[in-house]
Amino acid sequence: MATAIGMTTHTQEETGLWSWLTTVDHKRIGTVYAVAGFLFFLLGGLEALAVRTQLAVPNGVVLDADRYNQFFTMHALTMIFLGVMPMGAGFFNYFIPLQIGARDVAFPRLNALSLWIFLSGGILLNASFFLGGAPNGGWFGYAPLSSIEYAKTSGMNFYVVALLVLGLSSLMASLNFAVTIINMRPPGMSMMRLPVFIWMTLVVTFLLILSLPVLTVALLQLYFDRMWGTAFFSPAAGGDPILWQHLFWIFGHPEVYVLILPSMGIVSEVLPVMARKPLFGYSAIVFAGASIGVLGFGVWAHHMFTTGLGPVPQVVFSASTMAIGVPTGIKIFNWLGTMYGGNIRFVTATYYAVAFIALFTIGGISGVMHASPPVDGQHQDSYFVVAHLHYVLVGGAIMGIFSGIYYWFPKMTGRLLDEKLGMISFWTMFAGLNLTFFPMHFLGLAGMPRRIYTYDADLGWDTWNMVATLGSYTLGIGILLFLVNFVITMRKPADAGNDPWGGATLEWATTSPPPAHNFEVIPEVRDRDPLWYDRDHNIAPAVVPEHNHIHMPPPSYFPLIISLGVLLIAVGALSHLAVTALGVVIVLYGIWGWALEPTD
Amino acid sequence: MAAATHETEHHTSTGVDNRKVMMWTFLASECLFFGALISTYLIYQGQSLVGPYPAEILNIPVTSASTFVLLMSSLTMVLAVYGAQHGRLGMMKLMLLSTILLGIGFLGFQAYEFTEFVHEGLGLTTNQFGMTFFVLTGFHGTHVFFGVLYLLSLLIASNRRTGLGRDRALHMDIAGLYWHFVDIVWIVIFTIIYLIPH
Repeated sequence: MATAIGMTTHTQEETGLWSWLTTVDHKRIGTVYAVAGFLFFLLGGLEALAVRTQLAVPNGVVLDADRYNQFFTMHALTMIFLGVMPMGAGFFNYFIPLQIGARDVAFPRLNALSLWIFLSGGILLNASFFLGGAPNGGWFGYAPLSSIEYAKTSGMNFYVVALLVLGLSSLMASLNFAVTIINMRPPGMSMMRLPVFIWMTLVVTFLLILSLPVLTVALLQLYFDRMWGTAFFSPAAGGDPILWQHLFWIFGHPEVYVLILPSMGIVSEVLPVMARKPLFGYSAIVFAGASIGVLGFGVWAHHMFTTGLGPVPQVVFSASTMAIGVPTGIKIFNWLGTMYGGNIRFVTATYYAVAFIALFTIGGISGVMHASPPVDGQHQDSYFVVAHLHYVLVGGAIMGIFSGIYYWFPKMTGRLLDEKLGMISFWTMFAGLNLTFFPMHFLGLAGMPRRIYTYDADLGWDTWNMVATLGSYTLGIGILLFLVNFVITMRKPADAGNDPWGGATLEWATTSPPPAHNFEVIPEVRDRDPLWYDRDHNIAPAVVPEHNHIHMPPPSYFPLIISLGVLLIAVGALSHLAVTALGVVIVLYGIWGWALEPTD
Repeated sequence: MAAATHETEHHTSTGVDNRKVMMWTFLASECLFFGALISTYLIYQGQSLVGPYPAEILNIPVTSASTFVLLMSSLTMVLAVYGAQHGRLGMMKLMLLSTILLGIGFLGFQAYEFTEFVHEGLGLTTNQFGMTFFVLTGFHGTHVFFGVLYLLSLLIASNRRTGLGRDRALHMDIAGLYWHFVDIVWIVIFTIIYLIPH
């Protein structure tokens, strides 16, 4: 079974559907994650456009109230769990091993399993549209809106089961990445020489490892409530709806940092390379990221200031929320300091990175406003909050992801995205998102509540709603232009070269796209910016031995089998016990085969 | 458990095997899982609107016996790991088998206790106590059940011609981490539900 992939034996089937389905190569898995994540991102975008079309004019008739509830709920769930997180996971998969000079992640088959379970969960969640209605209780599914009395359709069942499945995938991926980063670094790469993107990834994995189980418990309790009549969150029988909010936000607030930290990592990679000087204040940015991770677990109740927590919790959570602004602010100064005095190359990736800093700062500042309970009481459930969260998620996370796409595209495909079209796309997106989300501040302060499916004409909300809708279409056109750019670029020859930007980190030391084994020789690291150090000290790349036999793990179809079993267990949890039993049998068979499969 | 990639046989940055680091990290996640369940139990403690109430129904002597059984299983697990590390395979298998039997014994006690409670009128939906009790101890029991399956697969694998292979001690060590963790969680649950009077 041994697959020798070296300089001379570069074989094994490398194309075709089956090779992708059974792949354990982190680059292929990362590519599928990224592409699937982007497709779900487009789907979530279409849902948002439907919502904005409904709200463009007073008394809109595009969506009825029930359909509207499904669309805004699915928009959020899709963007968070199926769009931004998987696109982040795509980057993690592709670039953790490359940036730390490893040949693959610690557990390649587990990596494949995470991918297939993620896809199962995504398909399951969206299948709800055709099976009695999608989830309609908002992405945080507050009790009792999620209870069987008020959410009679199976939508919230899909919510519970699909999120459990997606959580399983995220947990396995996080464990895998954490072990990879901790344990598979090359000689010389101490923790304080890790690229900042890897550091932020490590923080993200620990946020997920420690917060997902709490969501799991909350979802299981909700499942018990809905299916078996317990009263965890149902006040009629002595349950406490606020408990759901606590459990959900103990997960939900770290999740916010799960969404933004990858983009902070990306920007910390892009800016030094484009400014052609080392990152300003490496240890400050690392410790700031780590403290965001720690503090992120201590701020959840700022989502709940209006539930009557009492003065002491309000003061504590207000203070901790303001405190988390400090490390975030440190990072912003790190990025500004990195650009300051640099010989900046203003390419599209740089534009997205700079836009990230500006827009994330706007979203961050409105976030600190919510840290004050009296102010929060005014903003709660208004469009001001919608404006805030979209500035950090679209202006922050999405801008960062696009910066990463433009920056790493040549590494992944060997092709540089078209700069001219990229610039047009960037400015269209930038104008579109500001037109969409800035007026929402005004709408919120003018009293427009979020999650209403229509409004009357005489409330003074007409103008800004129309502007926001036009902005959302502009944003959509900007993303469409990116797709055009993608198609055009992929038809061109792969002539970007191995290192078009003059990068500092190890992924630029190998070919574009990298071979299956990543590096002919595992690099040795002498500095935080290894390639720049070697360049400045005239250190030649290590000589490749004549007989270079590198063993890579063989492909495996057991991840696919186990994920099929997991999907059946989930379908059974929504339908009939017999389906679950079949799923369990398939999972057990898959684990059996997995354990006995030779891996070298 | 045999998720060996070629890489893991080489040197790792921390010197600890990838699989062992993964188990430690996974157990960190499990702490939060049980933490959330135990918190829910504590929040609903004393909130039941109707009986049976815990004081009327909990059988502390019986559960003390089952706790003793689970504690002893940790002892046999330690001895099984010791056997694996020192090449005393007979001892390893015997102690592994003992651990499995003690684990099954604990599950038997739990099945008995659940049946008794249902007979005495405490179901999943009877009151806040029933709801939180069955969900918390039920998920703990599920963990013991998967632990038994895990150890059973190691026992079966150790009787193959090749045994557990080069990584024998490591496999047993990692399984031991999981088993002790589940045991420790039970100590916390036992203390909170049975021993601390409300």
